[in-house]
Order: sequence, then structure tokens, then C-alpha cells
Amino acid sequence: MSKLNSKIPEGSLERKWTQYKSTVRLVNPANKRRIEILVIGSGLAGGAAAASLAEMGYSVKCFAFQDSPRRAHSIAAQGGINAAKNYANDGDSVYRLFYDTVKGGDYRAREANVYRLAEISNAIIDQCVAQGVPFAREYGGLLDNRSFGGVQVSRTFYARGQTGQQLLLGAYSSMARQIYKGNLKMYNRHEMVELVKIDGKARGIIARDLVTGKLERHFGHAVVLATGGYGNVFYLSTNAMGSNGTAIWKAYKQGAFFGNPCFTQIHPTCIPVSGDYQSKLTLMSESLRNDGRVWVPKGKADKRKAEEIPDEERDYYLERRYPAFGNLVPRDVASRAAKQVCDEGRGVGPSGLAVYLDFRDSIKRLGRHVIQERYGNLFEMYEKITGDDPYNTPMRIYPAVHYTMGGLWVDYNLMTTIPGLYALGECNFSDHGANRLGASALMQGLADGYFVIPYTIGDYLADEIRNPATATTHPAFEEAEAKVKERIEKLMNVKGNQTVEDLHKKLGKIMWDYCGMARNEEGLKKALGMIRELKKEFWSDVKIPGEINDYNNELDKAGRVADFIELGELMINDALMRRESCGGHFREESQTEEGEAKRDDENFSFVAAWEFAGDGSDPVLNKEPLTFDVVHPTQRSYK
Amino acid sequence: MPGVNTHMSFLEMLDVLNDRLVRDGKEPIAFDHDCREGICGMCSMFINGRAHGPLTGTTTCQLHMRFFNDGETVTIEPWRAAAFPVIKDLVVDRTGFEKIMQAGGYVSVNTGNAPDANSIPIEKAKSDEAFDAAACIGCGACVASCKNASAMLFLSAKVSQLALLPQGEPERRERVLNMVKTHDEAGFGNCTNTGACEAECPKGISITHIARLNREYLRASLTK
Amino acid sequence: MVESLKMFYTSVGRKLVMALTGLFLFVFLLEHLYGNLLLYKLDVGKAFEEYSAFMAGNLIIRAVEYGLFGGIIIHILDALFITLANRKARPIGYAVSHQSKNSTWYSRNMGLTGSIILFFLIIHLRTFFFPHRFGHPETTMAYDVANAFQTSWYAALYLVSMVLLGSHLNHGIQSAFHTLGRNDMKYRKTLKSVGTILALIIMIGFASFPIVFYFDLFGAATNILAN
Repeated sequence: MSKLNSKIPEGSLERKWTQYKSTVRLVNPANKRRIEILVIGSGLAGGAAAASLAEMGYSVKCFAFQDSPRRAHSIAAQGGINAAKNYANDGDSVYRLFYDTVKGGDYRAREANVYRLAEISNAIIDQCVAQGVPFAREYGGLLDNRSFGGVQVSRTFYARGQTGQQLLLGAYSSMARQIYKGNLKMYNRHEMVELVKIDGKARGIIARDLVTGKLERHFGHAVVLATGGYGNVFYLSTNAMGSNGTAIWKAYKQGAFFGNPCFTQIHPTCIPVSGDYQSKLTLMSESLRNDGRVWVPKGKADKRKAEEIPDEERDYYLERRYPAFGNLVPRDVASRAAKQVCDEGRGVGPSGLAVYLDFRDSIKRLGRHVIQERYGNLFEMYEKITGDDPYNTPMRIYPAVHYTMGGLWVDYNLMTTIPGLYALGECNFSDHGANRLGASALMQGLADGYFVIPYTIGDYLADEIRNPATATTHPAFEEAEAKVKERIEKLMNVKGNQTVEDLHKKLGKIMWDYCGMARNEEGLKKALGMIRELKKEFWSDVKIPGEINDYNNELDKAGRVADFIELGELMINDALMRRESCGGHFREESQTEEGEAKRDDENFSFVAAWEFAGDGSDPVLNKEPLTFDVVHPTQRSYK
Repeated sequence: MPGVNTHMSFLEMLDVLNDRLVRDGKEPIAFDHDCREGICGMCSMFINGRAHGPLTGTTTCQLHMRFFNDGETVTIEPWRAAAFPVIKDLVVDRTGFEKIMQAGGYVSVNTGNAPDANSIPIEKAKSDEAFDAAACIGCGACVASCKNASAMLFLSAKVSQLALLPQGEPERRERVLNMVKTHDEAGFGNCTNTGACEAECPKGISITHIARLNREYLRASLTK
Repeated sequence: MVESLKMFYTSVGRKLVMALTGLFLFVFLLEHLYGNLLLYKLDVGKAFEEYSAFMAGNLIIRAVEYGLFGGIIIHILDALFITLANRKARPIGYAVSHQSKNSTWYSRNMGLTGSIILFFLIIHLRTFFFPHRFGHPETTMAYDVANAFQTSWYAALYLVSMVLLGSHLNHGIQSAFHTLGRNDMKYRKTLKSVGTILALIIMIGFASFPIVFYFDLFGAATNILAN
């Protein structure tokens, strides 16, 4: 019997959520005050959840590793947020948004969850406007929409190129209000380093104060994880420097299953790596592909300047291969195509790992001022970073790790396989299947935080009202803290020769080379060996300066990288198991004759939920079969 | 300093420096940073006598080494203000900003009670101006560069954003009075309109928002 | 009402006090300049004397005079409070600070220019105002003015002080508008220019007196002193 119960409500797809909401158990106001909830992470999902739960009357504590909840990495999202408002009167509907999301995810997401997401999307926009989020407006004073990534409707709401920032500040302001009222207590510069379980239920966390290095115990009747993605496994990604997978990894090792860990989104338009000192990659908005043409020289290792290469010697490979969608193919397709031409030796720039995104023709066609109006701030940002002026010389871009669709496995309630432990936003295995559509991450984070968890958590907490808060002197807390302490001391006592960065870079290289844009059996097996070696190397040769009980960023990083190495191993295992290509996961063995991704629905139409089986043992695979009652999986084609 | 090239960002230069320190068995320099895309507002350095360095409209993370001369000595200091005590090296405690926000930087609306997003049309010009104010990243460069260590630009950006929008109307008076009070209690200085904050703000937030704050404050005080 | 008065304890309230008293003092300066310009009538100081007598005799004006001194004192005390609070807001300064890159000298040195103007004001009152208001001088005010500016150091002190006053007002006037909430994107440049023009009028107007009388331009000094 499967250990997985997705708890999807009965009834037709359109009725499930409505029915669920009206029948779910509730907690009365007097009891709510006595119930404590810990929220880990303060981004869109965590911030929205913390604020909403506090508004409802629960006693909430929220933890963030930055100095303010306003700095969570949701803030960096540029493009927009989808909603099925149909303000543009272009025939959009909840069903269409649902359908596009399931299809975009290459049929590897749960129908019921995605439908709920699409249903909720409209309320998110209402909520954010009420908070004072300054979305873009038309002259008539109503909200403006634009279209995004391949879909046929305009359903993306935006606030210039800073939508994530504005939405996060909205959630942050709601948090600020609850903090002022005393319903929410914020722990900034704190990191969750262990989950505390009592009688099989999540009952608290051990947090580390990143300023003093002290360990703290916090009790919660429920623990909500909203810690974002783990793209930094790859070392270089568009994630923030501090984004990490430690909290979800601790949860995994305590028994929460990990869903589809290998599903990673590689974004096609990032500024390429320029040197080995580089710390992170910068995304250039997907919208640039509306007017920019992607090309490489036809000949190999062409060292001429872009402007000197005549048109007949240029290969506009996206337009050539995908005449129907051209430069606007979905992210996974565009990324793979860029990798292929670079692998052929036709890449440009000093490293040969870049392709051109050229605005010459659109400047000629529309005039410089139009391009400036549309992309001025992006061009400026590009010039600031690279020193090149994209009005005169084409941008150089290359794919980079951007988002992880995988994450902790959750049921319809967003609860993990540990009772009382929830996962929200990017850190759960999510509604995006094997590939996320543009402008859907913000939607999911806020949906989970504002509108899903406030309902679903009550179903669990209704049974908790008789349980008073457990004292943090309970042996489970003692034990957890001792374990953390021991690990930190072990880390500090290695006193090896390699810095944390050295080892993180090595991890990144293994992951990028063998578990990146294209994966194959041989490479993945090799990588598995390499990563196990790296783990040994880490624990025998890492060098961490400073003290334990002090501000010590190297120690913070060391803990995170140690977890990333283990998480990387799980990702490789998952990629190895999934002998099909789907969405962002491209197995070279599974492709069509034209080199496109080929799904294998017969054997792999399931969510891979990995179960920790102890250090040194192989993880156990649990399968949650995916059934499609409404949409029928077909091979995606953009030709 | 060897190992630095013009393509590096300022923070990558510090990474290189820290890498060397760690290898030599020394403690690295502590500094705040996170997104490295100029939006999280975490990075906060006073470089060569200016907040976020010599380039205007730029956060430290987006400043690149090609704006410095080869062999140049660069002075880096933390934000200096009573309200921003130094935690370690270049890391400061910006809790003062949090307190200001908590004192009223929001619209009191509970989740789930919102009317349809298009039920109140908002004049585009006003909405755009509200956005200009909302673009604040809360980095603290305004306080750092103000000769009086005043946080008036930060405070006014939020007051102005919400004063421009109909959603902010009901709490307009309470908000401005409470936020100004908290600003003063947090130990920030008085604004004397030098305009340094606006010149150094990486997001180009205008001091016209401070003028609006003053107006809001006067109005709120007189109609109480 | 009492609630409303509380606002003057806050940073924004103090700023408002600065702006209001500053503007009031500025209006007085305009009026003072008008009176002084009567000295250029070359009528042996007759118009000027009549004007002085009117100012000294009118009860309303006398009342305003107290207001004026009150305004000056409040302006100074408020400045003192603000400066002290601001010192406290940054106990440790920067090793390197290039403020000239982000703000103007005159906006940053209101305290300095203000203090020098205060010093000047005391001398100014001692020379002209006190003897005539409280004493029984043998000479007319016009004679005293023309006579005082024959001393080169005295004329020079005036000149320097007026330049500093110009600097003070250049920031002060537009800053006061800003503080009173009138500084929208639309009027920003206009307000700044208006502030500068008004400051220039005051500065040039007052600075002209030591120059004109010292060099006896168009016989202004001779006209008064010789008769």
C-alpha cells in the first residue's frame, strides 16, 4: 500500500475546493490564541501565511535569515503574476489558466492542485490591490495586463519590472501590521537548523541566531516551511546568495518525502558567466525575447565581432527550428537549444558559452525610442554589469538555473508526510509539474500563503486545541539541539584546507555538468560517484574560520553547503530513475528524432516522492500516480 | 589588490578578498548582501565617502570595479547612524526601519476581504507616482548619506505611496503621525532638506515625497 | 488644539517651525529693504527719516516688532534643538565623506551661515537700532548709516554678512516651501528658482548699501553727510 495519500477531495474538479472550504474543520477564536505556529521564511508564501494566520488569531512566529522579511528573494521576481481575471476580454478563464499550467508543466502536476491555484488567482490580485500594491494601470484607471511566455491571452498583472518586489512589500506590510499588534513575532537573522518532532508530529524547531551564533528552541503546534527553492545546489544560479535548502533538507531527513527533486528550471536569458570569481547570475527578463532575435555564427569558433558577421553567416536557430513560436518558445526548449549550439562549438564570447540576443532588427523596424521605452531599464542593467551597450552590440546570454519545481512532497492540504509540517511556495513540489510557466511562481506563493494554508491548517489544528504548548525543555528539544551542536562542532573541527566556496563550486560543477540542462545515464552515474566523494572531501577538508558563538557567515554557509551536497545526490538519484524527458528534465536517451524532449507517460506519469532511509542508505522511492481526468496529455510541440 | 579585474562587481571583489583572508586563516570581513541584483536592499556600504559608492542610481552589488582606477585605495565604511548600530564590520542593524513600517506602513486589510481589484479606478499618473515611491528597497542609503542621519526619505516614500492611493485614505492621519513619532523615537535625525538622500538613493526616490509627507503631517496635526 | 501643538515636538513639527519663522523673517527683510532703499532718494534722508519715525511710532508695528524678536529667538532655539538632535543621530562620523557630491554647500551649512548672521545682527542692532530706539542720539538714522559705512572694516563686515545671508536664504526659502509641503514634481524647478531670485534680491539690495556709501556712488553719502 502506498504511504502517500494526496487527500484530494471528492467531487468534480470545479467543486473540490469550494466544497472543501465549506466542510473543513475550524478552530474557534479563543483556541486560536493558544495555538502557536512557526513559519520559516518570509517571502511571498511565508510572509503571506504569517500575516494571514496572525490575522486569524493564531500566535505566529516567523523566521528569516535576512535582517528584514522584506528582503526575501521573492523580491527579485521581475515579470508579473498571472490571474484569470479576463480583464482583457480575450477569452481567459479559470479553466484556461489551469489548462495552460498543466500543459506547461508537461503533465507532471496534480490536476486538483492546479485547478485550485487557478481558482484562487483572482482573489490574489484583489487582495494585493487592497493592500496598496501599485500595479500598472491604463489611462482609464483600470489594471493593465500583458502577455507572457507562449500563452494566448494577456493575463499577467505587473508593476514595471519589479512585480515581485511590490507583492512582497504588500505581504510585508501585512506582516508589519500584525507585528505591531503583537500577533506575530519576527525573528530576523535567524536560520532554522533542525526540525523537532514529538510523537511523530512536527512540534518545533531549533533556530540559530546568525548574529550571536546561539541556538534557540521554539515550540509550535504546527511548522510551516516556506523557504524557497534550492537552485543554489548549482552554485551559480539566479537565486540570492543566501537562498538555501537547509530547512527542507532537515525536514526530509526527519521523514518528510521529497517530491521530484530533479525538476529544475533553467532560464534561457541570463547574463553569461564571465569569470571563476563570479558569485551569482543575473536574469534578463523573458520579455526581451519578444523583440530580440537569438543567433550564433554558422561557423565554429568564429572570433569576429558580432557586428562584423554578415546575415548569411548567422544562424537564427530558434526561428529555424521552431518556425511557429520562433524566439518565443518556452523556457526549457530555448535553454536546451542554446546549449546545443554551444556544444557544437558555435557559442560566442570569451568562454564560448553564450549566444547573441540581437535587437538590431527591431531597432531598425521600430526605432530606438520604442525599444528604449520597452526595455530601457533592462538594457541599462545589462550595460552596468557587462559594460556593453546593447543598443549597438547584441546582448550575450546563456541559460542559468532559476527555479526548482521539485520540493517537499505535500498533499492537497500542503502538509508533508510529517503531521503538522507544511510546505508552501517554491519549497514544495508544487503545482508546476516539470516546468513552470512565466509569472506563475508569484501566483503560487501567494495562493499558498494567503488562501490555502489559512483553511487547510485548521483541519489539522482542530485536533490540537487540547494540547498545550510543550515546554522546550522536553527531551526532544534537548536531543535536537545536542544534535545540531554536535554537527556544528564537527564542522568547525575539520580544520581542513578548502574553503566552503571551493567545495560549493565543485558541487556546482558536478551538478551543472551532469544534472543540468541535459542528463544521461552514464553521466548521472558518474556524478553520483563524484558527489559521494565530494561529501567525504567536504567533511574531511573544509576550512571554517572564526568562532561558533559569533557572527560567522562562513559557518552559516558551511552548514548550507553540507546539506546541498546531500540534496544534490538525491537530485541525481531522481534524474537517474526518471528515464524520460519532461519539461525541464531532459534525458538524452529519451528524445524525438528532431532532438525534442520525449515523455513516457506509460512508465513515468507519477510524482517521485523520495523517502530518507538513513545516512549511507539509498533513499526509497514512493510513487504517487498522476491521473488526468480533465486534460489529456499530448506531446508538446512548438514547431 | 591582486586578483581583481574590471568585470567584477564590488562585492565579488570583496569575495576575492575574503577568500584570501580565509585561506590565510583569518576572519573574513562581514558584510550584508543577498540578491546581488540591486533589489533586496541588503547591501549597505559607504564607499569612498559615498553611500553605495561613486555611481549614482546603483546599489553596491551592482557597482563594478571598472569604475575604480588601478591601484586606487578604496575606503569602505558601514552606514553610520545612532539608529543603525554596527553589528560587525560592515554589517549594521536596521531594525529602526522595521519599527517605522510597523507603526503604520500598511493598509489595514485582512486577507480575504478585498473587493474586486478593478472596483476603484485609480488615475494613472497617481498610480505611477505611488509606484515611484514604492520602489524603495529599504537599504538605508538615505540615512547613511544624510548629514543628520534622518530617515525622512524612507519614511516619506511609504507615507506618500499610501497617501496617493484611495486604499490608504482611511488611515491617512493616524499613519503619518504614528510613523513620524516612531521615526524620532528610533533615533533618526531631523531632515534639513539638503537633498543628499535623493542624490544617493539607488532607486532615485525623490524628495518631493518628503514634501508630501510634510503636507500630510501638517494636515493630520491640524485636523486631529 | 493642545493635541495639535504637540506636533512641534516632533522632527517634522520642528521643521515646520523653522520654515514658518524663517518665512516671517524673510518678509521682514523685504520690508526692511524697502525702507533702506529710501536712502537712495538723495533727499538728505528725509523720506527715510519719515519712514523710520512711522515705524517707531505705529503701535501695530511696535507689536510686530516684538513678534519679530520672538521669531528670531524661536528660529535660533529651534535651530539649536535640531542641531543637537542631529549630532546625536550620528555619534560616530565617517572617515571619508564626500558630501559635496550629493548636496550643496549652502544647504549643509545653515548653522554656520546662521550663526555668523546672528553675530552680524547683534553688531547691526548695536550700531543702529538700540541707540535710536532706547537712546537720544544727536544725529539722524540716515546720517548714522552713511557715516558708519565710511569705515572700511565695517563696510566689509556688512558685505560678507550679506553674502552669507544670501546663501542662507537661497536654501532657506525653497526649503521652507518644501517643508510646508509645496514641492511637487511640477513646481520643483520653479520653486527653486524663485527661492534663488528672492535670495539674490535681498542679498544684492542690502549689500549695495555699504558699497554705495563707502565709495560714495552717485553722491549718496555726500548728500546725507554734507547736509
